[in-house]
Order: sequence, then structure tokens, then C-alpha cells
Amino acid sequence: MENLEALLEQGLNAVEASADLKQLEQVRVDYLGKKGHLTALLKTLGQLSAEERPAAGQRINQAKEQVQNAIAEKKERLEAEAMEARLASESIDVTLPGRGRDAGGLHPVTRTLRRIESIFGGAGYEVAEGPEIEDDHHNFEALNIPPHHPARAMHDTFYFNPGTVLRTHTSPVQIRTMENGEPPFRMICPGRVYRCDSDLTHTPMFHQVEGLLVDRYASFADLKSTIEAFLRAFFEKDLAVRFRPSYFPFTEPSAEVDIEWGRDGDGNTQWLEVMGCGVVHPHVFDNCGVDPEQWSGFAFGLGVERLAMLRYGVTDLRQFFENDLRFLRQFR
Amino acid sequence: MKFSEQWLREWVNPRMNSTELVEAITMAGLEVDEVEPVAGDFGGVVVGEITAIEPHPEADKLSLCRVWDGQETLDVVCGAPNARSGLKAPFARPGASLPGGMAIERTQVRGQTSNGMLCAESELQLSDASEGLMVLAPDAEPGADLRQWLQLDDQSLDVDLTPNRSDCLSIRGVARDLGALTEEPFEDLEPEPVPAAHSEIPAIRVDAAAGCPRYVGRIIRNVNVAAEAPVWMKERLRRSGIRSIDPVVDVTNYVMLELGQPMHAFDRAQVQGGIVVRMASEGEKLTLLDGQELTLGTDNLVIADHGRPLALAGIMGGEGSGVSGHTRDIVLESAFFDPIALAGKAREHGLHTDSSHRFERGVDWRLQRAATERATALLLAIVGGEPGEVIEVVNEQHLPKQTTVHLREERVSTVLGLVIDRTTIEEILARLGLRVVHLYRDGWKVEVPSFRFDIALEVDLIEEIGRIYGYNRMPVTEPEGRLRLRAEPESHRPLDRVRDHLVALGYQEAITYSFVAPERQNQITPEAESIELANPISADMAVMRTSLWPGLLETLAHNQKRQQNRVRLFETGLRFERNGQSIEQESMLSGLLSGPVASENWVNGNREVDFYDAKGDLESLGAMLGQDLRLAAERHPALHPGQSARVYVGEQPVGWIGALHPKIQKSLDLNGNVCLYELSLDTVLNGHVPHFKAFSKFPEVRRDLAMLVAEETEWAAVENVAREAAGELLTGLRVFDVYQGEHVKEGCRSLALSLFWQHSERTLGDAEVQRLLDGVTDALSTRLGAQLRS
Repeated sequence: MENLEALLEQGLNAVEASADLKQLEQVRVDYLGKKGHLTALLKTLGQLSAEERPAAGQRINQAKEQVQNAIAEKKERLEAEAMEARLASESIDVTLPGRGRDAGGLHPVTRTLRRIESIFGGAGYEVAEGPEIEDDHHNFEALNIPPHHPARAMHDTFYFNPGTVLRTHTSPVQIRTMENGEPPFRMICPGRVYRCDSDLTHTPMFHQVEGLLVDRYASFADLKSTIEAFLRAFFEKDLAVRFRPSYFPFTEPSAEVDIEWGRDGDGNTQWLEVMGCGVVHPHVFDNCGVDPEQWSGFAFGLGVERLAMLRYGVTDLRQFFENDLRFLRQFR
Repeated sequence: MKFSEQWLREWVNPRMNSTELVEAITMAGLEVDEVEPVAGDFGGVVVGEITAIEPHPEADKLSLCRVWDGQETLDVVCGAPNARSGLKAPFARPGASLPGGMAIERTQVRGQTSNGMLCAESELQLSDASEGLMVLAPDAEPGADLRQWLQLDDQSLDVDLTPNRSDCLSIRGVARDLGALTEEPFEDLEPEPVPAAHSEIPAIRVDAAAGCPRYVGRIIRNVNVAAEAPVWMKERLRRSGIRSIDPVVDVTNYVMLELGQPMHAFDRAQVQGGIVVRMASEGEKLTLLDGQELTLGTDNLVIADHGRPLALAGIMGGEGSGVSGHTRDIVLESAFFDPIALAGKAREHGLHTDSSHRFERGVDWRLQRAATERATALLLAIVGGEPGEVIEVVNEQHLPKQTTVHLREERVSTVLGLVIDRTTIEEILARLGLRVVHLYRDGWKVEVPSFRFDIALEVDLIEEIGRIYGYNRMPVTEPEGRLRLRAEPESHRPLDRVRDHLVALGYQEAITYSFVAPERQNQITPEAESIELANPISADMAVMRTSLWPGLLETLAHNQKRQQNRVRLFETGLRFERNGQSIEQESMLSGLLSGPVASENWVNGNREVDFYDAKGDLESLGAMLGQDLRLAAERHPALHPGQSARVYVGEQPVGWIGALHPKIQKSLDLNGNVCLYELSLDTVLNGHVPHFKAFSKFPEVRRDLAMLVAEETEWAAVENVAREAAGELLTGLRVFDVYQGEHVKEGCRSLALSLFWQHSERTLGDAEVQRLLDGVTDALSTRLGAQLRS
């Protein structure tokens, strides 16, 4: 028994000296295993007297427990170190680029259309679409533009034959919707439109959104609030908006809408034309089978590229249709 | 309509400065497009008189002038060919400044002292180009400041009139509107009749009364066409953008600008027999005064004499019948031509004149006699002569009808959304010349004046009230509506989901023109019948696209030329195709892939995209849409014949996919692999509503199989046979390796399949699974000649 102390110290030293989990396990086997040194000591207890036995047994068990604890502690330490080492070896350069794909993006016109649709959609305007090759009736006649009307000259129309055109606006979609439905109506008609004109500020194709609200009482004053609220929502700015009398065959009264866009050298407000609008002309209602004495409505139309240019600072209209990736990627 | 602010202010002169005036006109709906000073910015220029002139001793083209400037006589060197003694011209004294900041000083010109400079119009920016010195009126006062003498502190306003406002195609009309707007009285002009000095009258016969319901003519004898229109008149014409031609034409143009009546003057000696207003006969020729020869049709209204047409009515005079240097007697014409009769006629001949512009939009149908009197008075003052009687040929039946409009007070507030009191409404109507002829209990009966062609309905009057009251003074109220719920079919997928999906797959959306070059289209869809534009903007945008591929391919070419090599593009939009008598407009989605699979990076190799990348994206799209897209090897003229497939949903063809045909790739000069697909959206967006099916809780088993098949055997065939043989318990079938080459027999390829089975009520036993697998192996070997690979 006299070497118990020495054995314990030896064992504890061996635990401490273990460099890895394998050596530590060997120490456990050497001291605590079936044939381990401390286990062996327990077997010598039988040689002692009955009086000595309990105290000696307790001492041996205490020594075993000490070694056991030291092993557990050492194991935990070794495991932590091993984890440390593994983690260190697995470290990478997180600043290197990832394996992801390139991001794509929507065309700025689509992006702008979505904003417009969402602003009006919130007030219950439905989106309606229609054909781009239109008949004369829907593009002109039903909109109160009879043949030889001077307004036709303003439209620079692409023709296929005298009765078939590329739509010059998306208003024909409103006609189709009114012809096939019952008021009230609340809709916007986004889409491609075409005018036979091409220069710095005109492309032969562009996008429009035409809106229409028809209800029992829809007045010019209602139109004003709708347009003002839309423009302020679109530009996210408390813009000054003014309504300038104008002429469209399908609305009366008609107005062009200007927004405040900076100041000139003398400090005067500079106005920029952004939309057209008006109260639906009774002839248009008549042509669609809507009773103008029972219903009233207002309509508006805007050029999508124009709004996108103002919103995003694009200066050349033609860039929208060149589809240069260096342009498109800027609108993600 | 371009005019001088000063001239307008003679008619109505509101107390506002120029900026405010321009703003007011614009806000009345007469949009001022441009404001231009009528002269350059110069000062110190006076009226000078050349009192003596002699040649410059050193230079042929120069002369030495003695110039009286009201204070002293100075020596001035001048190069103008029209310099002559007695001429009055603008004179810039030393110290004067000319437009562009040029300062005038005493200088030496070829050894001679020049004390200032005699000026041409262009040097003062009074015109773009001019020959010689500006000739001032003989009564111009030497020494008078030129700006004041010519009233040059003025500006030209160019108003962009909407086509309904023909009444504002004159100073009088603009003044009336401005007066109504500013509540300022406007001085109307009521031309006094000029008494006849002789009894000769022109013979006038109107055969086409529908086109010309009123024709007014008058002979003026013994005019002096050598006279010049006065400077004030020429200046007003100039400031209205009209060139001075000769005194007679200047007067007719002046009256047109002032009152809105286009007029014409014939040389009486050139009118044989008398004036006939008739429709042209088919093929009849007329040479216009600009030298252009027209071939007329029976819908062209002409002014003719007994032998030939003299003028295209209301559009342009003919060559040889107008006033010339030899003219002694003239016949003045002032007519009302029906807007419908003239509509589009000028344009058909490629013409657009101040006259046609006005007649097409509507000229005051009561104005003809007054305009004749006004022109006569002006002519007598300038060219002298003796006027005859005014002859008027009228066909009341074809003149516009005097109409009235019933205006209801309640409708004014309904349409505008505000209540305007009766007095205000009545005042606005009166100021616009809209006479109330009867009071109703609910409103007014309003007579439409002969100068307003845009008023026929109640709303036309309501608009006028709103316009004059001021749109921006009107209230702003939010519309009220019904909150109606709307049913959206769940099976229909919004197009935006497709766009978002492709964007997430790395595609950039493009928007290309709907019209393309016919040659390119022919190359890509030679079998489709294109729809041609009658008036394309250019040859390479002449047909409507039958596919979205041409646009995407051109976009790829554009970007490759700009060093953009990895390109993923998609577009959505209509394709157009003629189908017998009808036109099909089909909503399509197209995608294009080109360049490396990923951007250049440090991890992956940089493989080029191929068919299976495109197909992978298409499958991903199909999965998102809940559509089982099936491909069958079929050829498309734009695609590589060995890498081309038609896409089906069930048995319905919905599109195409493949690698671009190398010959098209070459003609577009494109680099690298290019893969394309196109889908008809109407079908693929129409998906289905999910229906839940219970799944088994027992384990799924997998067995792998490697089979050797002939290389021409399609995977689809292998899959079909395997699925059929695998029975109802099959839950999955995949191909995980395709190999051809070493260790595989020539003409064969090895396909590695994995099959998955599962039973809904129990765990499948090994033996059972083996039987299933053997069944598959047997079926493949007996039906496709496949061999199990050991």
C-alpha cells in the first residue's frame, strides 16, 4: 500500500503527459483498466486485515477517482485542442468570390411598369392588355377620331392597310374592356405602342400606360387628385403638379399634366410635361354602349420611358431599346 | 401659329409682363412652344442716310459713303452692293454693339477711315440671311434709334395649337381668348366696306358648292405692283415667320394672320372667261406656283377659269395665274372651303400650307366679306387701284348650320366637380363670344359662333368654362368607388413570376422592337408568313416579328461587339403571323444563352453553354410553373439540325429549343455557342391547382442499373420502357451517367439508371425488388436490344 501515493502521482503525471487522446486512453487502460495498476492494488486488499481493509479500499478508490477525473479533464482539453486545430486547418479566405451565378435583372421599362401597376393596383385598378395590331375602329373611330380628323396627323400611324394599324396608344384596350363589360371600371392598360417617328427624342416603339375610371360620379376634380397622388407616389416627392388645358378627341375637358422640375436661371419654376388626361368624352361612352348620362369617367395616359428617364436619370431614350448590357445591368 | 407680342397687345393688352403673358396663354391651352426676340441684342444703332457715295480707291467691291446720322455726316466704308445715295439703312456708330458682343469702333479699311458700319438685316439678327444693306422706309428719320423706330423690343411667340382651336389661327382669335382669360376688353376689328370705284365684277361660277359654300371675289384695277409693303407690315409678317413676297401677297398674308382668312389674288389678265370652282377631272394637271406639277383626281377641289385649273383650292395657287411684275388688275379671292372637302388633300400631294392648315381645321364661315374689305383697304393704301363691287356666291345649304347648345348648370358641376355660380358662367360665355340666346330653368341655350368649329356638345361648353375658370383653381377630391372583390384563377400564373424566375437564373430582360428586317426574319422563320408594314420607318424595321429570336440575336451581336461575352437574355412580347385572312398575335417568351456557363472565376472551369444548359433552365421554368415540358427531336430552320427540339405540354406543341444553326451564327458574326428557346405563354402560364396525394411512410428502395444501348436510341425511349416495366410502385427514375468511349462497344453508349420503388403499405423485400429490377432489365433488352453492363 505504501506505493499508492507514488502510483497516484505517477498516474497523474502520465495523464498530464499524454499528448493526444490515444495516449490518454492508454493511460486509462494502464491505471484503471482491468489489469491496470490501481485496479491491481484493489486486488491486494484481501491481504489486509479486516480492520485495515475499508480504509485502504477507500484510499485506493479515491486515487482511482482522482486519476479518472484527471483523465476526463485532460480529455476535454485535448478534444478542445483538436477542435481548435481542425478549425484552424479548415479556415479559408472568405473574401474570395463565391460560386454563385450572375444576377440577372428586369428591363427598366418593366421595372417602371411594375411600380405604376402597383401604385394603381393598390386602389383597385385592374391591369388589362390587348392586341398591338389594331383595327381602325378601336384605335381611332371608337375614340372619337373619325377619318380625316386632324388629330390623326398627330399620331404618325404605322399602317398595314387602310383599316389596320399598329396601335398608337393603349386606349383601344379601354374600348375593348368597356365594350365587353359593365361599368363601373377601374383599369390601367400598359403596353407597347407605335408611332412612325424616329429621332433623338422619339423611338418608333415605346410604352404607355393608359388609365380609366368610370363610375356614377367621376369628375375633373377626382382626376386631379388621382394624377397628383400618382405622380407624388411615383417620384416619392411632394411635387408641384399643374394641369394645362389641351385637346384629345377622346376626353373633354382635356389637360396636359406638368410637374415641377427644377428652376431656370431666373429662378422660375421649370415645368415638364409628363402626362395627358381628361374627362371621358360622351361619344366614347356612346361608342362603347355606356350611357353618358348615367356614368362619368376620367382617363389618363403616360409614356413609360419618359417617366423612367426622369426617375432614373437616363438621358437618351434610344438606350431603352439598344439593350446594351452595361445599360440594363444598372436597373437591378 | 407664330406672332408678335406687340401686335397681340394692340388687340388686347392685359397688365402683365411678357413672362406672365406667355404663361397665361399657355395655361389657357394655347401652349407657347418658343419665345424668341425679334432682333438680336444690339445697341447704339440708328437710322442712317447715305448722302453721297464714291468707289473705294483701293478695292473694287468697297465704296466710300457719306452717312448722315442725324447729328453729323461721317465717312463710312461699305461693301454692300445696294448702297446708293439717298438710301436709309441701319447705322452702327462707333461705340455701338452688335449681336454677339461685337463692338463698333473707328477703323481703317484699306487705308480709308470708316466711322462705323452700315448694317444688313442678318447682322442685326433680323433675318437669317440677307443680301446687302437693310433698306429702311424713305420716311425713316436719320438719327432715330433703330430699336425704337422699328419697335424691335418685341418677341415672337410660337403657339403650338391643338387641332380643335382653329379659331386661334389669327391674332384676333388669340386676342379674344386672352381677353376672356384676363377679363381685359379686346378691341375687335370691324372692317369698313370700301365703296366700289367701278362696276366691273368677276364672273364666278361655283360648280362644287358642297366644297365651297361661299366664294367672295372682287376686282381691283390698276394696282402698282412695284410698290412695297410698309416696313411695319413686313415686320409683322417677319415676326410671324412669313417672308415678304410682293405687296399683294403680303397683304393677303397679313389679313390671314390678322383675321384668320386665307386669301388669294389672281392676275385678272390670266383668268380666261371667268372663275369656276369645281372638282378636278381625273388626271388633270396643275403646276403650282412652286413649280411642282400635280396630277389631280376627282376629289380635288380647284379654282379654274374657263380653260384650265388656276389653283388647288384652299391649298396653293397655280403657276402663271398669280400676281407678277406685269400685273395691272387683280381678282381677290376670299372663300370658305369645307373642312371635310379639304381634309387630307394637301397631305396627299405632299403639301402643307398656311392656307390648307387653316381650311382643314375650319375658317370662320362668316368672315369672307369682311376679310375682302380689310384686304381691299390695305391694298389701296399700298398699291393703289380702283376697287369694284364685292361679289359673293353663297350656297346656304352647304354652309355650316347655325347651332345652339343646351348647357345645364348641374352638368357643369358634375363634370368639373365644383359649383360655379351662374353669373361667372354667363360672363365666361360672353367673353368667349358664346351668346346666350335663351334661358332655361336648368341652364342656358348658347349659340355657337361661326369661328368655333369645336363646339357642338354640352361638354364642349363645360370645357370652355373650366378652361377659362382655370384648371388649377379647381378643387382636388378623391374619387369614390365600390370595393368589389375580384376572382383570380389560381391556375393562371402571372407573367411576372416567369420574369422573376429567369432573373434569378441570371437572365437579363431585353425589350426589342416588334418590327425587324425581313431578310433576318426569313432566315430564322422562313415558313412563317410575315406581316409587312405599309409605311415602315426603315428597311430593317419593315416586317412584324414572327419570333422574338431575331431581336435577341441582334442584341447578342450588339453586346458581343462591346466585349460582353457571357450573355443571358430573355424577352416577352407578341409575335405576329398572318394566318389566311386573320392576323395572329401570340404572347411569347424567348430566352438566349451564350458564352461561358459562369463568369470567369477561380473555382470552376469555364465551360461554354450548351443545349443542356438551355434545357435545364427551361425545365426549371417548367417546374416553377407546374408544367411537364416534353421535348421531341424535331428540326427548326434556325436551329442546329442535330440539336433542335420542339417543346410540348401533353400533345400540344408550345415552343422550340436548340442551338443556333451555325450558318445563321456565321451570318450574324456571333462567337461561341448560342442556345435559344421560345415558348407560347398562353399555354404554359395556364397551370393547375395542386391536389394533395398521400405519401408512403415506408422506406423507398433504390437500385442502379447500367445498360448498353445503341447510340441512336434516345433516352426518352429507354425511360418509357423502363417506367412501363417498373410497375406502379416506381416512384423515381433517373439517369446518372451517360458514357461512350473506351470499354464501350463502338456504336453504343452506356446509360446508368437509378430506379426507386416504394409501397404504400409495407416495406418492400429484397427478392421483390430484384424481380422488379429484372423485369426492367428484360424489357430493355427485349424491346430495345439493350445489354446489361457487367
